[in-house]
Amino acid sequence: MSEATQVMGLKAKLGLDVFKHDSEFHIRIIPGCEKDPRLKKAILVCPAGLYSENSQGEVELDQDGCLECGTCRIACGSDLLDWHYPSGGAGVQFRFG
Amino acid sequence: MEGRFNAIIIGGGLAGLAAAYTLAEAGQEVLLIERGDYSGAKNVTGGRMYIRPIKDMFPDLWKKAPFERGIAHEEVCIESETGSILFRYSGQETAEAPYQSYSVTRAKFDKYFAKQAERKGVSIVTKTRVDDLVWTDGKVDGVVAGGDELRADVVLACDGVMSLTAEKAGLRKPGDPKHYAVGFKEIIELDQDLLEARFNLKDDQGVARLFMGDVTKGKFGGGFLYTNKSSISLGVVIGIADLMNEEPHIPAPEMLELFKKRPEISALIEGGQIAEYSAHVIPEGGYNHLSKLYGNGILVCGDAAGFSINSGITVRGMEYAMGSGYYAAQAVLKAKDSGDFSVNGLSIYKKLLDDSFVMKDFKTFKDVPEAMDHKRLFTYYPELATSIIQKLYDISDGPKGRIIPTVKGMLGFKEIWEIVTKDIRRMMKL
Repeated sequence: MSEATQVMGLKAKLGLDVFKHDSEFHIRIIPGCEKDPRLKKAILVCPAGLYSENSQGEVELDQDGCLECGTCRIACGSDLLDWHYPSGGAGVQFRFG
Repeated sequence: MEGRFNAIIIGGGLAGLAAAYTLAEAGQEVLLIERGDYSGAKNVTGGRMYIRPIKDMFPDLWKKAPFERGIAHEEVCIESETGSILFRYSGQETAEAPYQSYSVTRAKFDKYFAKQAERKGVSIVTKTRVDDLVWTDGKVDGVVAGGDELRADVVLACDGVMSLTAEKAGLRKPGDPKHYAVGFKEIIELDQDLLEARFNLKDDQGVARLFMGDVTKGKFGGGFLYTNKSSISLGVVIGIADLMNEEPHIPAPEMLELFKKRPEISALIEGGQIAEYSAHVIPEGGYNHLSKLYGNGILVCGDAAGFSINSGITVRGMEYAMGSGYYAAQAVLKAKDSGDFSVNGLSIYKKLLDDSFVMKDFKTFKDVPEAMDHKRLFTYYPELATSIIQKLYDISDGPKGRIIPTVKGMLGFKEIWEIVTKDIRRMMKL
């Protein structure tokens, strides 16, 4: 746990949640779409901050800490993202929710 | 998991559990498939459930329900960049149990509801993802899950706001950002005595506080705070289209950090410990953007169908989830009587919903999403309200002006014209 009034990094905040490892990637940027400007919206909307832009101008996705909310799928559409839920019993397991 | 079930329910959230509970009570063989470790593991609420519209549907459920606090105090906080106004409504009728709404956390509540459903005879399989629908002669005939084909007379898609099942059944399309918001929140644990003192709460009383204005930086949405027993649910909800497109471009997680830094919030959470961070998408399109509710051998309930209403003052979803699950179960029982699980036989679901509080509310509030999609509500009015209050209380050097002329001075002819001709007409739809 962490003091509520102190700014903590997003990774540390996600570290408070329970995640169970999944052997497969449940969200995949469709190959060739990494530089699509529409994909950059994911960087703004993802509550877990999992999307970022690398020095080549490509959008990258780090799935550790995915809250499975689906905001990226709504913002970017299924043309850019191959989006599934994690396998049964994997992914985030909220203790409060 | 052999044989054929009367119904297979995809998703063990409130809609799925409500349907399963009701069907099992009527003696049906029901299989409920949940992908989390337990019901509630994948669910998030802001925090509060209104129970009056649904309490008679599940009479045995409430007495031992793990609610956090009864909402005795309704608050609204209007924020400008530099100030805030707080309203608190407390009435005799809201002061004690039975309360009309309760703060809840989903992991606790859904787990409890699942246990009650199992007691009624529902078979619940957790840690299992439904991968596909099984079709026979153009009718949904079951599901594929965990590598098995499982068959049933009818399948209920209760798999939440991103319902991939309803998409596969052709009953909905992937969402348009304009019709969805994303909410993200922290659970902040706080010493119970301190919490009760800070919010002026007696016994099991709780408070619900909604925020509008600077919290969303001019974007569609607002903030929320609900008191639980010994924690606070604190979060922000923002329209996805606005989050993507409207200036200033601020990443979602940072919006919550900025909100927490505001003085009226930081004082409330001081000394608290963050225990969890969660996020969830909320359907905000209302009546005009509901999914198709039934197909051949399939019904859609809860968030999967789009059953959530933001009326500005109240934000409701969970009781519509439970209500639609209940009516889906009634529809299945009627379809069983007539032996017709086709699109025809299941159309009774829509009729049952139309006659219920669910669809009546959706029709009543059908123009609200459009009326609320108005930038001035999130910028101009909060700024105006706080600057009027600021001027009223301001005693600076020299003489003070009279109240009404001071307020009038802040509203030029152009502003009054805009308010009367455009905004009032718009607000009449709320």
